[in-house]
Amino acid sequence: MLTALAILIDGLVYSSWLFIVAVGLSLIFGVMKILNVAHGSLYAFGAYGAATMVGIYFDAGWAPLGSFAMLLLAALVMGAILGIVLERGLLRFVYGRDEVIIVLVTYAAFLILEDVIKLIWGVDPYYAAQLYGLLGMTEISLLVFSNYDLALIGLALFIGGSLWLAINRTRWGKLLLAVIHDREMSQAFGINVTRVYTVTFVLGAVLGALGGAFTAPMISVTPGIGVEVIILAFAVVVIGGMGSVPGAVIGSLIVGLSRAAAVHLLPEIELFVIYGVMSLVLIVRPQGLFGKTAEKRI
Amino acid sequence: MNIKTMHPLSSAETSKISTLARIAAGLLAVGLVFFFALPAAAQKTELKVGLVAFLSGPAAGPFGIPFRNGAEMVIGGINSGTLPAPYDTGKGIAGVKIVTIVIDEAGGSTKQVTEFRNLVQRQNVDLVVGYISSGDCLAIAPVADEMKVLTILADCGTPRIFEEASYKYVFRTRPHAAMDNISAARYLLDKVPGLRTYAGINQNYAWGQDSWRDFDAAMQALKPMTEATTEQFPKIFAGQYSSEISALMLSQADAVHSSLWGGDLESFIFQATARGLDKRTQLVLTASEPYMFRLGKRMPDGVIIGARGPYGVFAHDTPLNRWFRKNYVDRYATQPVYASYVVGQAFLALKQAIEAAHAANNGNWPSVDQIISAMEYMEFEAFGSTVSMSLGKGHQAVTEAAVGVFKFDVDANEATIQDIKYYAAECVNPPEGISSVDWINGGMQGAKCN
Repeated sequence: MLTALAILIDGLVYSSWLFIVAVGLSLIFGVMKILNVAHGSLYAFGAYGAATMVGIYFDAGWAPLGSFAMLLLAALVMGAILGIVLERGLLRFVYGRDEVIIVLVTYAAFLILEDVIKLIWGVDPYYAAQLYGLLGMTEISLLVFSNYDLALIGLALFIGGSLWLAINRTRWGKLLLAVIHDREMSQAFGINVTRVYTVTFVLGAVLGALGGAFTAPMISVTPGIGVEVIILAFAVVVIGGMGSVPGAVIGSLIVGLSRAAAVHLLPEIELFVIYGVMSLVLIVRPQGLFGKTAEKRI
Repeated sequence: MNIKTMHPLSSAETSKISTLARIAAGLLAVGLVFFFALPAAAQKTELKVGLVAFLSGPAAGPFGIPFRNGAEMVIGGINSGTLPAPYDTGKGIAGVKIVTIVIDEAGGSTKQVTEFRNLVQRQNVDLVVGYISSGDCLAIAPVADEMKVLTILADCGTPRIFEEASYKYVFRTRPHAAMDNISAARYLLDKVPGLRTYAGINQNYAWGQDSWRDFDAAMQALKPMTEATTEQFPKIFAGQYSSEISALMLSQADAVHSSLWGGDLESFIFQATARGLDKRTQLVLTASEPYMFRLGKRMPDGVIIGARGPYGVFAHDTPLNRWFRKNYVDRYATQPVYASYVVGQAFLALKQAIEAAHAANNGNWPSVDQIISAMEYMEFEAFGSTVSMSLGKGHQAVTEAAVGVFKFDVDANEATIQDIKYYAAECVNPPEGISSVDWINGGMQGAKCN
């Protein structure tokens, strides 16, 4: 019973983290048809930015709880700067090219940004762990959970809900859906597709950086953290269906719960289970669980 | 018929010939001078060493950079002749200055083999020192033998290198990893005599799997009634250990063993301490010494810590170690960790072996074979303790092992180690001719402990 509860809570915590990390990747693909490998760098910049700003905040001796605002600020600053630089400075020159070319361009950007991280922050780790214990613990029999981890579930719900509302209940969302449906027709009707692309990419970049910023307190921020994340995020969006936000939710839940079950019941297959599930889904539905038609995306 | 009379040469011709003769004689003389002076002119002026360490990627911060810094500092000490006894034998190695070509170890073992060939064939290095990753060591050793290049594996841990093969040109001047886990098991059982259960969290690749295998086997050999409750093998660089920590909590093990390193270890510590795992079980972190100063009070008190040998805070207080620590702190404003020690140890081994071979060769620079002969079964003083090249047909080092308990000294604002125990090399290393696994599984027969 306790094991089942542990699987459920661990699975939800991990799923929430995965969703926060992967949703930006899915959004950008849904609108722009770009598989953004540089998403891993956005995550890493978010984490480094957060660790730096949290460090400065604590050094200044301000109220500890206010440090959470630093995570948001770091994500906004890093995501906005890098999003604009990448979209306006690089990607707009390759729109309309073959998707493989665009993947290679974002991969090149990823490699460059990895070195930029080393230029700025060096190879020694950065920490924001002061913040991780601030919310305390919750004890359930033999199990103790960090409240920060549990709060990630709330953050994921907030991000998912806000995104759903923005896409389905706002004018901007309608414009976005029109562009997803038919880019050329939207342009003919006077929608500024270039601006929609820029806004979408920057939003996706901020979400990527947000994933990194809220992960920073849990980890040692070191070079290479973006590499691991891009592979996991890719697995999530492939399972859910490329470009589908509900797909990202389901993909995260499937991966998170399967991994937690493997860790508790059969630790030997933990490494295999994520990609095992991905392979199974792709055999049954090569387009992913929610990847039906373009109209259904986002 | 006009027959040209042969007559003695004219004075002009004689003059020409004598000039030619003088030139020829001069050339001959110069040639002879060069010929006889050849040994002097061919005297080595520099020893070109390929130095390989992680300069990028997750292993650069905890290992690669301290490794490179340690090498630079010790090479500086050797070249300037400022090392204390017994290495106060003048500048350089037998008077020859060391120069290095530094290569990044990142990129995988296939890339490293290419880099190794480049070092030898394009850069013409005399020898290669380095390698932190066990995978790289396993890939480089046969290539080094094939290319007949003296290669010192300075840091990698896998026991398989000399237990599964034999190499002429390859040496490892640090002990392999089996002793880390055997000494950790001995220490744990001494510290927690009533221990009944233990669990493990180790990375899912050769290092983590081998470490757990050796620790688990050592526990069973030393106290057969103990039991492993769960074995967790997260992916390397996973960073997220929430589920694993829950599994460790549910297993209610008396102790948790881990060989995690780098960012993985630090992330695990943050996540485990935030959930109080360190209060419920005895953490045994076999490779955590490099992080104790960086983490400071973020490292929980009471954790059993290893440095993969008598390095860092476990190094004995000798003039050699005092020189090492003082110069390292002065130069890099941080404490040296085990990666800095083991690469320094490799260069001390080279200095002693080459100078011994040089002396045996009547003061001439020795051949590679002569250096190899001098290094096999050699014993030398290092910064941490005495090193014996006693395994792997004289190519694999052993040293004593050291384990202690971490405590953050709040008053001094300093990370410290308490209750240090040293284990003799013969207590925690298999004898020659038997693999580590077989020796542990056989009950560590013949172990000579203090």
